[in-house]
Amino acid sequence: MSEKPQAAAEPQVAEEGSSGTAPAPAPRRGFLAGMGAIAAGGLAFLAPVWSGIRAALEPLERPPQDTDLVPVAKLAAVPDDGVPHKFRVVMDRVDAWNTHRQLPVGAVYLRRTGDSVEALNVVCPHAGCFVNVAADRSRFVCPCHKSSFDLSGAVNDPASPSPRDMDTLDVEIRDDEVWVRFQNFLPGRAEKEPVA
Amino acid sequence: MRLVLDWIDDRTGYRRLLRAALVEAIPGGAKWRYVWGSTLTFAVVVQFITGLALWASYSPNAQGAWESVYYIENVMAGGWLLRGIHHYMAHATMILLVLHLMQIVVAGAYKAPREVNFWFGLALLFIVLGLSLTGYLLPWDQQGYWATKVATSIASITPFVGPALQEALIGGADYGHLTLTRFFALHAGVLPGALIVLIAGHVFLFRRHGVTTGERPAGARDGGNPDGQFWPDQALRDAVACLAVMAAVLYLVIRTGGAPLGAPADASEPYAAARPEWYFMFLFQWLTYFPAETEILGAIVIPGLVVTLIALMPFAGRWRLGHRFNLGFTGTILAGVGLLTWLAYAQDRADPEFVAAQHRAEAAAERIVELARGPDGIPPSGALTLLRNDPLTQGPQLFADRCASCHSYDGHDGLGNELAEARTAADLKGFASREWLTGLLDPEQIATPRYFGGTDFARGRMVRMVQSRIAGFDAAQRDDLAKVVKALSAEAALPQQATLDEADRDEIAEGAALLASESIGCTECHEWRGAFEQSLGPVLTGFGSREWLTGFIGDASHPRFYGDSNDRMPAFGPDEILSEAEIGLLVGWLRGEW
Repeated sequence: MSEKPQAAAEPQVAEEGSSGTAPAPAPRRGFLAGMGAIAAGGLAFLAPVWSGIRAALEPLERPPQDTDLVPVAKLAAVPDDGVPHKFRVVMDRVDAWNTHRQLPVGAVYLRRTGDSVEALNVVCPHAGCFVNVAADRSRFVCPCHKSSFDLSGAVNDPASPSPRDMDTLDVEIRDDEVWVRFQNFLPGRAEKEPVA
Repeated sequence: MRLVLDWIDDRTGYRRLLRAALVEAIPGGAKWRYVWGSTLTFAVVVQFITGLALWASYSPNAQGAWESVYYIENVMAGGWLLRGIHHYMAHATMILLVLHLMQIVVAGAYKAPREVNFWFGLALLFIVLGLSLTGYLLPWDQQGYWATKVATSIASITPFVGPALQEALIGGADYGHLTLTRFFALHAGVLPGALIVLIAGHVFLFRRHGVTTGERPAGARDGGNPDGQFWPDQALRDAVACLAVMAAVLYLVIRTGGAPLGAPADASEPYAAARPEWYFMFLFQWLTYFPAETEILGAIVIPGLVVTLIALMPFAGRWRLGHRFNLGFTGTILAGVGLLTWLAYAQDRADPEFVAAQHRAEAAAERIVELARGPDGIPPSGALTLLRNDPLTQGPQLFADRCASCHSYDGHDGLGNELAEARTAADLKGFASREWLTGLLDPEQIATPRYFGGTDFARGRMVRMVQSRIAGFDAAQRDDLAKVVKALSAEAALPQQATLDEADRDEIAEGAALLASESIGCTECHEWRGAFEQSLGPVLTGFGSREWLTGFIGDASHPRFYGDSNDRMPAFGPDEILSEAEIGLLVGWLRGEW
């Protein structure tokens, strides 16, 4: 019953006043009482509704995860063959209430030619699927909507639904290790924009 | 606008529905005393709103329930307010329910033709009690865990089906993941669903019968007061009452800082402060009067009879004196409940052990939040891991358990319980600190129970040395001794003394040299940086350090320490009286490392 005052529409108030079994209250007084009921009822729900919405939107307030470079593999472990190989990215990660040490948080493709290494995010920029290397190792192909990329990650088929090339990641060779800045990017748009 | 509304009305007929909802004749006009039903509905709606929002962040599993509630309470912006409203509105609901019930009984509103609606109300009361009971467990803290264990244990004494009922309810032989998933399903699914259905029925029947005006037949004029109707007169009063309920709840939330959250549930830790919510305290107290084997009377038979009598009130009310009987009966029950509740709290307040347990519970609750906020965060194995590896939490308990039969800590047993008599071995508060060592080397103190007074060493060379040689020290020697104390204490590298040690670096270096000098003479018996004459006492190199203390507690009879002259100190390590981890926790606590 208490929530009903909120649902009330003012035009009805005047009408009801005359159609009930009870004598009609003075229209002005009735209008004020109705307004008062709506105001008090609305105010009563303010705190729970506001704190509920705030809790639901809480993820937006959270600071972004840090995106420092992390070691992904020994350089020697990346075959020097110009073909992308998948490596797991393992790092510390805060997941809401848990702090994980050395948790596999995703994967990257590393492609080594001589001493230079390129890193690609495995996620398809179209709709976020995990892009595969084709069985013949000649190109990347996304298993979901058949986006096709060459081995450098560039879209190589005009029919590909992907709006941009696969996302490259910053790479550094430190001593004998490959370090990568592991980041995800918003899918479905032509420009590469990091996920906050 | 008008056109759009007309169109919607044409397709939905909402105006008729609205009219039906809002136009309700109230004989004798709107009254403040008719607001209770509406405030209850309001409370339930608030619980649905806040409950859904909490649901979106809650994780019902044994390693995630407490942790997610901790997150809501301490990390999420405004989470404490959300949870606080849900918690205290549950209390408010209970109070409003009792007021509502009392009003019904006093006004005789249970009588024909409203019997069925009275039963709907009773069923609602039990659903709300069920919601409280299941909700109490969900944070998975010590309080909810142990209090709910009592409730499910009582369920197991139900005749015939008890054990099966308990096992189905908690999802197995013992509390775990399935207990939480089941209680959550009950709390957020089954019971709220039933609540909606029953409230709908309750309100439908209420609208069918109208408000109970008391002794006057419906339709009669109340002292010339005209009849009113729900909208807007009664609605205004209802809304203001709901606002007042919300204000009271917010006041409680802000005053208490939100709903309490104890330390995470731990089946291996005693929790003497376990109590149900205040509205179940009378039952808790009630059960203390039933000796073994008769609990079934107190827990099931008598409450069952009382509830049956209440349910039969509409029929009892038909007798000439029936209404009076009902009034008397309800009054007696309420007085009994009040008395039991008062007794329960009075006894707890007067019980020093309960008060101490409560303080420990509060300290543990604060400590776990400190740990969870620490740099390591909460590991995937859950927050309990943090407490189990915390020297500040585990140290005192281990000390009380394994050390306090001989040692004291600041005069108590480590947990703060006074000791009836002085312990035989040294008091270990501040072990290896400057203050502790100064006392040890004080001729007045060394032979007291605080140090060696109660041990074989009371007549040993160390005591004699201190009481003869040090007692005769001149001022210069006493200054040297103070430096030696600083140097020896610096060996321990106690965290609390780190700044002092750093500031007194020069004096410490001087003291380290003096320690081996002839005038001080420690190295006549003790090893110090490789120098000693006769290895009689414990080595002083690294005295009180983590490594030294770990070795000492492990085996005081080792030649590095007392050797053959060890008095009664057990070999905790080799004899496996304490595990390596436990010794580590004790050492950490004694050294103040946390």
